[in-house]
Amino acid sequence: MTASPERRRTIRAGITLLAAAALYEAVAQSGLFPAVLVPTLPKVGRTLIALLSDGTLLWHAFYTLVRVMLGFVLAILVGVPLGILMARLRSVENFVMPLASALMPIPSLAWVPVFILWFGLGDTVTILIVFYAALFPTLLNTWTGVRTVNPLWLRAAGAMGAGEGALFWKVIIPGASPFIITGLRQAFLRSWIAVVGAEMLAASDWGLGWVIFDAKEFLNADVMMASLAVIGGIGYAFERLVFGSLERVTVLRWGMVRAAIEHRRPAARPLPSRA
Amino acid sequence: MSNIEIRNVSLVYDTPSGSVQAVDDASLNIAASEFLCIVGPSGCGKSTLLNLIAGFLAATSGEIKIGGMPVTGHGMDRGVVFQDFAQLFPWRTALGNVAFGLEMKGVSKEEREKIALDHLALVRLEKFAHSYPHHLSGGMQQRVAIARALAYNPSVLLMDEPFAALDALTRDAMQRLVAEVWRATRKTVVYVTHNVAEAVYLADRVVVMTPHPGRVKIEVPITLPRPRDPLSVEFLQCQKDLLRHLGSEMVAPGEPEICKDGATQP
Repeated sequence: MTASPERRRTIRAGITLLAAAALYEAVAQSGLFPAVLVPTLPKVGRTLIALLSDGTLLWHAFYTLVRVMLGFVLAILVGVPLGILMARLRSVENFVMPLASALMPIPSLAWVPVFILWFGLGDTVTILIVFYAALFPTLLNTWTGVRTVNPLWLRAAGAMGAGEGALFWKVIIPGASPFIITGLRQAFLRSWIAVVGAEMLAASDWGLGWVIFDAKEFLNADVMMASLAVIGGIGYAFERLVFGSLERVTVLRWGMVRAAIEHRRPAARPLPSRA
Repeated sequence: MSNIEIRNVSLVYDTPSGSVQAVDDASLNIAASEFLCIVGPSGCGKSTLLNLIAGFLAATSGEIKIGGMPVTGHGMDRGVVFQDFAQLFPWRTALGNVAFGLEMKGVSKEEREKIALDHLALVRLEKFAHSYPHHLSGGMQQRVAIARALAYNPSVLLMDEPFAALDALTRDAMQRLVAEVWRATRKTVVYVTHNVAEAVYLADRVVVMTPHPGRVKIEVPITLPRPRDPLSVEFLQCQKDLLRHLGSEMVAPGEPEICKDGATQP
């Protein structure tokens, strides 16, 4: 029986998840912890289905997703152009880099209380926190990516009459794309970490972070676990459907990054060297 | 096609350890549709001179004119082929790479793809039009680079050791291809190489440069009829003559054998 690489990958991912689930279930069933604190998977599953089918969890997930996307897209709109400018213009780099270096190590959640004072409870705070969390991975990876663009591409494009605009869109962006995509991936992960935390502190009534925090008050561990499962599911779907696909149709197809050993193409070429 | 005039061109590099005279008072006239090879040992300034003609570098003094127009930067009257295979854009197919210059000129998509395909056919790669560079061999990538440099119809083609990183057999085939392409297009070609046999095979005239500082030592016309036979007595004699001019620069007296091997099989 020969399965396609795609199918084999899915099967393998399934095995990993099943093993983790089995481990959790063993602990939950063992009686070492109170069942109300460590609910069994069937109980979490029933809660998950109930909350999904009456729509509440979907709405919470929707609110969280909207906040993530707004903050994430805002971070891309600022981070990618700024990262490119930093790599192209020394003056911008000199101005932005010290600021970024000082702001980067501050956990986004540490800003939540400050932002609540400034903007009040609600969406503004969560979106800004997501933006803050997603900005730096986007910025730094774009900056690095542009600096790794082969100067020969710029020279060749220049010789063929490319102006600044064409260089930007047709050489620098695709040339830096392996790094930019990595930056977006990291930024998206940071966005989720930030949004859930921010919702716990700053959201009112809607959002997965709020659900988790609210469930704690009533000792609803199964609701908490169900919400975590939804976050994990969304993350997994995005990785597979959005970032994985983006990578496959761009940098993998262009040979700018290589797939893991299983897919590697046989003909390896010596690295080109300049005498 | 345009002629190239190089008048008393010098270039001094400033490096942390002082200034280096890369090109010293070079003067050359290259006729329209002439195939000129520049040979010389590493560090003789031959690539620097090519980069000056390409407009990637600005001369410290002197002047370069192409078709009577002074060179002030890179321009679409020149096509450039580099040594490094990585010069192609990995995110574009062979066709997309070749069409790039036409795209910059504002030629319509349909038109530029037709022209690009014609140029891929010129280097016999029309079957690989839709392949990405990482699926092509080194020799094929260099052929795409040649097609790309020609597609927007520059009058001058500048080539900087385009086949130095290829194996000997592929290089021979590439040289035959370049000779064919030149015959078909009649571009003015400036071709930098350190391979004497390659220069004799391709050139109408060979310029020998010497290092420290980079100077034009001598110009040697190659009058052999084309297509040239690299095994003929006359061809080998030309090679010997050139090596003699190079030899005094490249080896100590009494070691002529090393010089020949070193120069013909770099």
